[in-house]
Amino acid sequence: MNFFDKLMKIDRRIIFLFVAAAVILPFFLSIHQKILISPEVQGLYDAFESLPPGSKIMISYDYDPASAPELQPMAVTAMKYCFTKGLKVIILGLWPQGSIQANMAIESALEDPRVKEKNPQYGKDWVNLGYMSGNELVIQRMGTDIPVTFPRDYQGNPVEDLPLMQGIKNFSNVDFIFNLSAGYPGTQEWVQFAADRFHAKLGAGNTAVQAPGMYPYLRAGQLVGLLGGMKGASEFEKLTDFEGKGTKFMLSQSFAHAIIIIFIIIGNLAYFISRGVKKK
Amino acid sequence: METFGLWIAALLTLGIMSFLYKDNPIYKFCESIFIGISAGYWFVSLFWQSMYPRLYLNIRGAISTLLHEGRISDDRWLYLVAGILGVMMLLRLVPKIGWISRWPLSFIVGSTAGLYFITYLQSNIMNQIRSTIIPIYVPGNLGISISNLIVFVGVFCGLVYFFFSREHKGAFGGAAKVGIWFLMITFGASFGFTVMSRMSLLIGRIDFLFGTWLGLIK
Repeated sequence: MNFFDKLMKIDRRIIFLFVAAAVILPFFLSIHQKILISPEVQGLYDAFESLPPGSKIMISYDYDPASAPELQPMAVTAMKYCFTKGLKVIILGLWPQGSIQANMAIESALEDPRVKEKNPQYGKDWVNLGYMSGNELVIQRMGTDIPVTFPRDYQGNPVEDLPLMQGIKNFSNVDFIFNLSAGYPGTQEWVQFAADRFHAKLGAGNTAVQAPGMYPYLRAGQLVGLLGGMKGASEFEKLTDFEGKGTKFMLSQSFAHAIIIIFIIIGNLAYFISRGVKKK
Repeated sequence: METFGLWIAALLTLGIMSFLYKDNPIYKFCESIFIGISAGYWFVSLFWQSMYPRLYLNIRGAISTLLHEGRISDDRWLYLVAGILGVMMLLRLVPKIGWISRWPLSFIVGSTAGLYFITYLQSNIMNQIRSTIIPIYVPGNLGISISNLIVFVGVFCGLVYFFFSREHKGAFGGAAKVGIWFLMITFGASFGFTVMSRMSLLIGRIDFLFGTWLGLIK
């Protein structure tokens, strides 16, 4: 067995060690990675920017803790941005843990001095309507009547008692919808039911796994913008000037990708060279 | 109490990660805890956030209206129908009368098919076809022209590849081959995104272990 054959049969745990080193080391380095803005993230930011203070924005948290490393940075940044810009936020979740992730995002956002200065209040600046089962049918129902779909908020208060919910009947009373999604139900359902059926203006933040499937909707104009995975989160943080975990994690992401690319090249080289040696 | 929770979370994370070395009893233990807690959480969450406020409170409200005002015309009675359908669905757990569960299932299949027929036709077919009908040459903008040409060639050759009524030979076969290349590039891009996603999850856990738990990362 020559060197290349041995390389082909390398123990996967050695590769795991390299990947672990590539992920851990950047946390202790003080290298600042340049983040370039992609058109889809710029599109989403422009949609946020076009909203005047006081606009009502709906954020649907359709994910759970398993996808939090990718989506939570987007959620925190969106909340910080909305609070500092004076946008009124209506939160809901089509996943049971979604509204809890929203509360965590708000807790993080409220720690920011710029947000503290604005002193956002529950019921006036944001409401959390909680989770509702029914997947896409919840969206369909909201298209005709939001208070009937969510008669009470996450804390059990009747929605008619919340100042922010006054005058909210359906999607035509919401200026923008931002969906954070890790699967089903998620962005595809929001596109099909809210954007295409009820003509709501929709943007999304997705896990990287899901993002490629959303590009056709972006190109067709059914989505105004898209944040894809941690890279999308870091770009959004840069545009909004709220540097957070998305930016912090990008160096580890890049190092890990570099290691994987190196192993792909080594693996292919070893394969072709060992095949050439055997042919001779 | 928070520190205790932190330690539990960290030890469970390490327990799950131990699978990377090899399958072991600690991993199995952590996996079982995860499955059990997830099932429990889902049940409690669905009960208190959905069944209780949507089913119980609505039906109780309808009964109250009937008793106090003598009115039977209340939209909330519809929830009783949903509740009965739900109970019928659960009857599949009783083998002798399990066939009853087919009725609510038929209701779900029928309504879902009807609903999705329209939405998919509109969102995934009509809108996508419309976004593909684009000018190949845009005067004064070479970038968009190239992008539109790629979209056109990709869609055309991709469709040719999936046309199986004719043998893939000659120019037709060449177009199909280009279609395969487009599909391969798409799969590659998807795989790249998947790697990014999985790495993000690992980074999230590393941040938790070294930052939140050990306090080594600021």
